[in-house]
Amino acid sequence: MSAASEAATSAPPATSATRVVPKPVPKPTPDTAPYWEGTARGELRIQRCNSCERAYFYPRPYCPHCSSDDVSWTTATGRGRLHTYLISHRPAPGFGDQVPYAIAVVELEEGPRMMANIVGVENTPEALMLDMPLEVTFEERGDQSVPVFRPAAGSAS
Amino acid sequence: MTAIVGAAETERIGIVPDISALEMHAESARLAVADAGLKMSDVDGVAAAGLSPIAMAHYLGIAPTYVDATAVGGCSFLVHVRHAAAAITAGLAEVVLITHGESGRSRTGAPPRAPDPASPQGQFEAPYGTLGPPTMFPMGVLRYMKELGLTHEQLASVPVAQRRWSANVPRAMFRDLITVDDVLASRMIAYPMHLLECCLVTDGGGALVVTSAERAKALPGPKPPVYVLGTGEAAETPMVSMMEDFTTSKAFRLSSARAFAEAGIGPADVDHLMIYDAFAHLPIYGLEDLGFVGRGEAGAFIAEGNTSPGGRLPMNTNGGGLSYTHTGMYGMFLVQEAVRQLRGEAAAQVPDVNVSLAQGVGGMFMAAGTLVLGSAAAAGA
Repeated sequence: MSAASEAATSAPPATSATRVVPKPVPKPTPDTAPYWEGTARGELRIQRCNSCERAYFYPRPYCPHCSSDDVSWTTATGRGRLHTYLISHRPAPGFGDQVPYAIAVVELEEGPRMMANIVGVENTPEALMLDMPLEVTFEERGDQSVPVFRPAAGSAS
Repeated sequence: MTAIVGAAETERIGIVPDISALEMHAESARLAVADAGLKMSDVDGVAAAGLSPIAMAHYLGIAPTYVDATAVGGCSFLVHVRHAAAAITAGLAEVVLITHGESGRSRTGAPPRAPDPASPQGQFEAPYGTLGPPTMFPMGVLRYMKELGLTHEQLASVPVAQRRWSANVPRAMFRDLITVDDVLASRMIAYPMHLLECCLVTDGGGALVVTSAERAKALPGPKPPVYVLGTGEAAETPMVSMMEDFTTSKAFRLSSARAFAEAGIGPADVDHLMIYDAFAHLPIYGLEDLGFVGRGEAGAFIAEGNTSPGGRLPMNTNGGGLSYTHTGMYGMFLVQEAVRQLRGEAAAQVPDVNVSLAQGVGGMFMAAGTLVLGSAAAAGA
């Protein structure tokens, strides 16, 4: 075994702890491209079925409720509520300086739910109340823009 | 009808860095085939998850004519038993070998864990800082607490109850009795889950041999066959954030309903229960989703000792993933313990077990598999 390959099979290099690791960057696919084109413009786009009239998330070209392919993109209001969450004490790549941080599920006003981070508020059990009103904002992430949520303007919490 | 006629775990479980994942498949396979009183050349069907069943079969010198590579997470092996039962009944195979081996802790010969940024998870979950099951699986717990009144103390009583079992299981990694206060004082991993509410991460393997009831009766081995009375499987979602209802598992409900119906029994007929406990909330969801208790009752049911030694519904009697072992795809060990209890050879043996139910989960409430297993008396065999 060469010295180089030996190094490659040993424990992770010590430099990984100090190197600035970026947060994960999503990679759009053809079926999700309109969603990510939307977030780049500061819009949260979801899909709505023209047949059963229900909104849904995550992006796909067929309605998960009635299987219709007659679906269209719509821009969500960006308003929602904190449906559930946990507070991770394990730093994922790029999240090292944020530990502990909440990983949440937000229920959009239109009905669908999505995972998100909660910003603009302390990520503690005391500050994060289930069903608190939230609104979307966006976080730059490499060449993409990722929707996250903050307490809704004017809300008591 | 079909039966499990061979069952074995690797000789060592826990921290075993000197054995590769594939070797664990093979070691447990050899032990299980011997346990059945069969020869490797009797095996004509193979099933495995984690690693390819082709790799496993070739490693053991088998050229199978029935192959099941179903990989739906930790419940895969329960689903393999279901498929094997169907295949044997249909005449597609005679003797099916199902193997598990995982170097979950030491990662010796283990496949890489690489999230694809173009997958649904890579696009819609990973950007939010998910890092392994602790940051995803407990997503619904706070919602469950709000809607159904579960307390932190009741949640903490799950590992407490299971430690009462593992205290009598020499092979269990954690055997010291603990209290609710110990659990709540342990390090926070992902609020509301403390360290002792999260499963172990270990190395180990296990294997099962399934054949027809007729052939089972003719085998020379001293172990009684464990009959497959009912089976179920289901899948809900590849992403925990897309669960239809965060307070219940749709896959648990669909899979267990099938298994109960096929076995022609209900929860009251179950003597011994194994519910996959990757995290402390799973037995709570499972008890309710399978109909053992009503909605919102499981936390108190466990806290009051009903699933502990001497309780009326012995559950996770090996100590579970929280105390016994948890290689990553723990489902194999659910079935191993159910088989031991039905054979009367468990370390923490429950008296008079004739019907045991094993409920597996795959991924983060992604999929489920259910087995209702029975003694000869329960099977009418």
